[in-house]
Amino acid sequence: MRKLALNDEILLKIEKPARYIGNEVNSVMKDKEQIDIRFCMCFPDVYEIGMSHLGIQILYDMFNRREDVWCERVYSPWMDLDKIMREENIPLFALESQDPIKDFDFLGITIQYEMCYTNILQVLDLSGIPLFASDRDDSDPIIIGGGPCTYNPEPLAEYFDMFYIGDGETVYDQLLDAYKENKKNGGSRKDYLKKAAEIEGIYVPAFYDVAYKEDGTIASFAPNNSHASKKIQKQMVLDVTNTYYPQKPVVPFIKATQDRVVLEIMRGCIRGCRFCQAGMLYRPTRERDVEVLKQYAYNMLKSTGHEEISLSSLSSSDYTKLKELVTFLIEEFKDEGINISLPSLRIDAFSLDVMSKVQDIRKSSLTFAPEAGSQRMRDVINKGLTEEIILEGAGQAFEGGWNKVKLYFMLGLPSETEEDMKAIPRLADKIARRYYEIPKDERNGKCQITTSTSFFIPKPFTPFQWARMYTNEEYIARAAIVKHEFQEQLNRKSLKYHWHDAETTVLEGVFARGDRRIGKVLLEAYRLGCIYDAWTETFDNEKWMKAFENTGIDIGFYNNRERAEDEIFPWDFIDIGVTKSFLRREWERAMRGEVTPNCRIQCSGCGAAKYKGGVCVESKN
Amino acid sequence: MKARIKFRKYGVMKFIGHLDVMRFFQKAMRRADIPIAFTGGYSPHMIMSFAQPLGVGVTSDGEYLDIELKEPITSEDAVNQLNQVMVEGIDVVSFREIPDDKKCSGMTIVAAAKYQVTLQESFKTSDAIKRIPDLWQEKVVNFMNQPEIVVLKRTKRSEKEMDIKPMIYQMETDKDGIHLFLATGSEQNLKPDLVMETFLNYIGEKPEEVPLHYHRLEVYARKPETPATMLRNQGEKATADIGEQFVSLEELGEVVR
Ligand code: SF4
Repeated sequence: MRKLALNDEILLKIEKPARYIGNEVNSVMKDKEQIDIRFCMCFPDVYEIGMSHLGIQILYDMFNRREDVWCERVYSPWMDLDKIMREENIPLFALESQDPIKDFDFLGITIQYEMCYTNILQVLDLSGIPLFASDRDDSDPIIIGGGPCTYNPEPLAEYFDMFYIGDGETVYDQLLDAYKENKKNGGSRKDYLKKAAEIEGIYVPAFYDVAYKEDGTIASFAPNNSHASKKIQKQMVLDVTNTYYPQKPVVPFIKATQDRVVLEIMRGCIRGCRFCQAGMLYRPTRERDVEVLKQYAYNMLKSTGHEEISLSSLSSSDYTKLKELVTFLIEEFKDEGINISLPSLRIDAFSLDVMSKVQDIRKSSLTFAPEAGSQRMRDVINKGLTEEIILEGAGQAFEGGWNKVKLYFMLGLPSETEEDMKAIPRLADKIARRYYEIPKDERNGKCQITTSTSFFIPKPFTPFQWARMYTNEEYIARAAIVKHEFQEQLNRKSLKYHWHDAETTVLEGVFARGDRRIGKVLLEAYRLGCIYDAWTETFDNEKWMKAFENTGIDIGFYNNRERAEDEIFPWDFIDIGVTKSFLRREWERAMRGEVTPNCRIQCSGCGAAKYKGGVCVESKN
Repeated sequence: MKARIKFRKYGVMKFIGHLDVMRFFQKAMRRADIPIAFTGGYSPHMIMSFAQPLGVGVTSDGEYLDIELKEPITSEDAVNQLNQVMVEGIDVVSFREIPDDKKCSGMTIVAAAKYQVTLQESFKTSDAIKRIPDLWQEKVVNFMNQPEIVVLKRTKRSEKEMDIKPMIYQMETDKDGIHLFLATGSEQNLKPDLVMETFLNYIGEKPEEVPLHYHRLEVYARKPETPATMLRNQGEKATADIGEQFVSLEELGEVVR
């Protein structure tokens, strides 16, 4: 029987010991004597969040198919255990073998959101691995980062040995083979980094130098090592059907956030919303073959025993075989007591029909994400959802028996005016009015329209990457305008309004578009005790502000200025296929309120066609 | 058709709480292709009920769940199919058909449970076990010879005195540990840690300083022919044959061939 890293006394004292014992169904055990490379995958947040992430499950499966690799998992210990581990000097360990992370060859960290950055330092720290890559030696694992935040890895540059930019399915084998080779030849850590830097898609930050202008913007960004290339090419699997997909995902004992089978139906999005980073990063849109997906659904439900299956993609309604797939899932699995959970589909006759089959209409709600309240603003962000479409969809749904609607908007978008803000409550009210048009005896009591706003954060590789943000106070003022306007509405009793916190928005903004220099704020914040910043109960803005003060980093420089057209961005060294000139063109169109058609209507020449795949080569009509 | 599944829980699985064990078995039923029946409605549930929750940290040789089947399956197939999808720390021991009548089915029939309590070297692990001090043998006898064993039962608002002695059917020691046979279930329920805490206080030890491990051996129902009153009439009479009045939940079922 495996020996656990934590003793009974600790495990019985902490919350949810199941987070730390491994042994889950479909987790992989290997004989460590029989393998060459020990890889530990980390999601730097609590277990239940990390276990819900599909990306790790894909890589875990992919690595463990190799006989020479044993891939294990680690997550951030929750606050209670964090404290005990520090007090008792217990090194962080992997779930499967329960061995210290420090004994591994690789620690791969998936970086999904900015607010987990302090947890990355926590994981390194608890593992006893030097925080700075430059302080590590041959006894330390290679720390490699992946995931969406690595499209601007610069704030984390000093803490990672390398970043893997793009889809994980492409060059990992090469990277691991090179590691084995280097080990066999008695090569050093530095030797390996050089080899790795030669692999397409691998960015080794130590091999680059950044110089700054007097105004603080970047003067130059260039390799300082002949093994490193000037541009890092985003990795992409063109054929998303014939690639890895975990048929036996790990099943946690405790309820994870995603306690279900997840079927990724496609990558990328054809729409081109101008605020959306994923929509640009994952171009071109690539669909998975529907027959293969059906088979996956069977296999995964069988291997996990999950009682729910859900579809995942950026915009499922755009999947060309959606009808076929959803009908199949309902017919095959509904009677087996399997819940079918649909992502927010575009509301139309088809989706309403499907939803009425898979959920209880009285309990479920409709979701719309118009993102902006006024048509002008929606044109600016290139969100092709009109008021007519929303009212039409809501009307149909209300007549079908629904009475709950959820609406999502953003505040603080480029060029937003007070009128644009006030248009949010007005739109919510119009939806309520549409409901009350239905005769009293035919409707289902009162309606409930819940509106949520978050504050817009400009992201790298979007047309809005030049945009300015606002201060905490300005954000709150905008939310107050919206709140006030809600009280003016006829159906205010049926309308509810929530807004997302502004403090984390400001921080996310800094880290999303920050450069190498802000890495030290992160460390200072961590030293001051910041951790689990994505959790309201642990987030401490005061400490963060102190960290900025102590390090002399000016938030305003990163957030509150519109960037010049020719400014060199920290992420410019990455080639995602979509060109900077296309993004600039889109920014200018946005400022003129011009919409750009989606990839299926008309190609706009974004640059991703160079990959010669996906939607770019579909026949256009 | 109704079936009763008996399983063991040990090793690292002792850290998995009751609700999560239920979730585990729901998923296991699907993985093992057990033809379990569902309730109707929008979100159908498996028809499944568990006996007596086991506390976190406690291991067991006698855990039970009852399920309803929509098609028959042999005991042998069911046990094999289930064991192929278990994890280390949970083994399915038996799968038996139970009669439909109330006296045998449903977990409300639980009436008693047997535990083995061992003395650990330290709180850190239940793998290293110490011998029970010889002195305890005598002290257990004395403890059980008290006319009543009164404990303070704390509820949310009040404290109430309660005599737990009638609920301790047996308490004995040997070198391996202390054996407890306790009233368990919805009518009367006595937890082994309360008994041990009371005992340790009685012999002048501090319960928080004595590392004990609890292991459930079996769960019982009252034999259908034994009326409840008979038990109470037992009084102080030493009850070597008390076991006669109970039957394990497993024995109420029959092997399906
Ligand atoms: S090249 Fe054209 S079709 Fe391809 S992703 Fe870009 S805009 Fe869409």
